[in-house]
Amino acid sequence: MIGVLALQGDVREHLAALAATGAEARTVRRPEELDSVAGLVIPGGESTTMSKLAALFGLLEPLRARVRDGLPVYGTCAGMIMLADKILDPRSGQETIGGIDMIVRRNAFGRQNESFEAAVAVAGVDGGPVDGVFIRAPWVESVGAEVEVLAEHGGHVVAVRQGNALATSFHPELTGDHRLHRLFGEMVRDSG
Amino acid sequence: MSSTLPTTPQTPETGTARVKRGMAEQLKGGVIMDVVTPEQARIAEDAGAVAVMALERVPADIRKDGGVARMSDPDMIESIIGAVSIPVMAKSRIGHFVEAQVLQSLGVDYIDESEVLTPADEVNHSDKWAFTTPFVCGATNLGEALRRIAEGAAMIRSKGEAGTGNVVEAVRHLRQIKGGIAKLRGCDNNELYAAAKELRAPYELVKEVAELGKLPVVLFSAGGVATPADAALMRQLGAEGVFVGSGIFKSGDPAKRAAAIVKATTFHDDPKIIADASRDLGEAMVGINCDTLPENERYANRGW
Repeated sequence: MIGVLALQGDVREHLAALAATGAEARTVRRPEELDSVAGLVIPGGESTTMSKLAALFGLLEPLRARVRDGLPVYGTCAGMIMLADKILDPRSGQETIGGIDMIVRRNAFGRQNESFEAAVAVAGVDGGPVDGVFIRAPWVESVGAEVEVLAEHGGHVVAVRQGNALATSFHPELTGDHRLHRLFGEMVRDSG
Repeated sequence: MSSTLPTTPQTPETGTARVKRGMAEQLKGGVIMDVVTPEQARIAEDAGAVAVMALERVPADIRKDGGVARMSDPDMIESIIGAVSIPVMAKSRIGHFVEAQVLQSLGVDYIDESEVLTPADEVNHSDKWAFTTPFVCGATNLGEALRRIAEGAAMIRSKGEAGTGNVVEAVRHLRQIKGGIAKLRGCDNNELYAAAKELRAPYELVKEVAELGKLPVVLFSAGGVATPADAALMRQLGAEGVFVGSGIFKSGDPAKRAAAIVKATTFHDDPKIIADASRDLGEAMVGINCDTLPENERYANRGW
């Protein structure tokens, strides 16, 4: 069973993408719901809102503990920010779950008028580039030695993996191309 | 490590339907709050708002002051854009595509072509496909929602009756939209042509809704939400998020009420959390009974 963190954001699209790969999926909003999942997707949304709600409802520490223990996690956009060990320009009190040794810059590609689609070739994903949908997207400013860079766009890192943690600046869940969700499903299976 | 990466084609495209509609998908489950100053915008962001709507006067004051309500001062909008990191929306008058052009040039993240402002055109709405910035529009029923989507709206909100603190019209409009969708679900292919005619909406869109069982864009609720329970009610009725206008900054303790409405929106199906969020919030905004509101003062009647 794969969970989708459902505090806020494009939860439904991730549930649909996971279902399309044949995975069983459920929403996670409470600490006890986290216990039942073997992998967790952190969706796109507003990272400040997600961070506040996670702290407020006692999810932040349980999430950190599970990720530390090797729970496979996949974050898109705001989810990538939540998985960063460090944010370059956090709002006051904005905390992350962490898990990937990287520094992320929020809204790095600009405001909504600069949001864009572009083909992105992702290492480890066969069958040609994925259609990258970047919405007020972050990029990865720098990574530690343990982090594998999977994709870049315009000279900026937009997909990374460290152990059981995967993150993309863009939103495969909005495209109908489920290859990254399939990759994540394999990570979950391999860890079990 | 980057030297080992496959080559990435560099053909970025902005303003696509997927990017516009996708932006609204990111707001789901959240609360969008009306703010009139940078200070209020920061309070909203700190309370967990997913976006703010920058405007000069909240609807309750527009109602009280009367006169023509227009797009806000660019300085004021820019000061709010500068104050927060969450998306900033702003309102143009219905059919006033030049106000919308100005808002796009200011870099707002979403334009609300809003019935709360005085309409500039009593026949035509703006052609929203012509813009890079996405639009949200109000609707009282499915036909209206589909006409706005046909014009390029990337997000729909039920209109409600803004500035009243009374949720009754928001409920009516959301039920009308959801009811319209349920009815289409029950139509066979032969009936969809007549349904499109009746809805005064393009057949292709009507068919898409009949197949999806939902609008092809995100549906929020707006107009009269004043309490955490109001927000949760709209969510349980099928809204994917809520706009709160006058309800927060016309209340006794805006920071607390804002945070409470955010909590209740996320945990809309958990009465215990809604109860806790509803405690000790201070004075709610004074409401207006919609049935005593003259027809010509109903904003929901604006737009066609």
